[in-house]
Amino acid sequence: MNAAMVIFVLAGCVVLAGLLASVIVGMAPASPELALAVAAHLDNSGVTHPVTAVLLNFRAYDTLLEVAVMLLAPVIALMLPLPPGAVVAHAPRDPVLHALTRAALPLALLVAVFLLLVGATRSGGAFQAAAVLAGAGVLLGLTWNLSPLALTGRCGGRALLALGLAVFLAVGVLGAWLGSGFLGYPPELAGVLILVVETALMLSIAFALWALFP
Amino acid sequence: MSSNLPHALVGVVLLFMGLAAFLLHAHLLRRLIAFNVMGGGVFLVLLALAPGHGPAGADPVAQALILTGIVVSVAATGLALALARQLYRLTGRMTLDDEEPDERR
Repeated sequence: MNAAMVIFVLAGCVVLAGLLASVIVGMAPASPELALAVAAHLDNSGVTHPVTAVLLNFRAYDTLLEVAVMLLAPVIALMLPLPPGAVVAHAPRDPVLHALTRAALPLALLVAVFLLLVGATRSGGAFQAAAVLAGAGVLLGLTWNLSPLALTGRCGGRALLALGLAVFLAVGVLGAWLGSGFLGYPPELAGVLILVVETALMLSIAFALWALFP
Repeated sequence: MSSNLPHALVGVVLLFMGLAAFLLHAHLLRRLIAFNVMGGGVFLVLLALAPGHGPAGADPVAQALILTGIVVSVAATGLALALARQLYRLTGRMTLDDEEPDERR
């Protein structure tokens, strides 16, 4: 990559950035009709936090597809075979690391469950809890060499990966069967259904993120 | 022109800084980080352009879409890291074949 290419790329990026900035500056402010619609229907959604309501009730279809896309990553990453002669890191016999993990893991579990349950009223929810759980899982792997598939076995691992998507689909079909349309929830059951879906999603996504780091 | 203009402009700067870094670096990890910076810039622009109303602050639909985007980008980053590590294990390099490594691994 010689100097001419570098200058060309940089100049092109500056020009495009200026173009995009001028477009944004010239835009008229958008009307807040979506936020108003969310606020108007929040009481029927089963949760009181607007972002959770949008994610798991009003636009549940987007979340369903997102979970399906997310499951592709560990499926592909787990298919990669270990090449012959590859060096795999082993857990160091470090007392500080062991003590830290013993202290941090129960706290991580508590924080994850708290984040899952508080998602109904404040910022939180399944994805944040899954991220904390995945971090705890990586810490497990670093300290005791525990790989995710060793903990659950291959069949258990596959079942856990599919659990979130399966439960979400099942709840969606249940909503259709109860008369609210696919992925629609009857308002009196919405809170419970959202909690069930979020729990399954938390377990599944935490395992998916952990399985990306064997 | 909205009241979130500084955020939108910072998002634009991040987007094109990430793009320039993505194009100019050959090392795969640096490209991955540049790609994530681009993603951050896009999310910032999206959030800055969405109007907010009421106690939620920013637009909840935009927040939900960006949360979806962040989760998908995290999964994609994990997959890209796994693929890059496999490339390193198979070939010992962290750049793609047709490019010269411009810095040490």
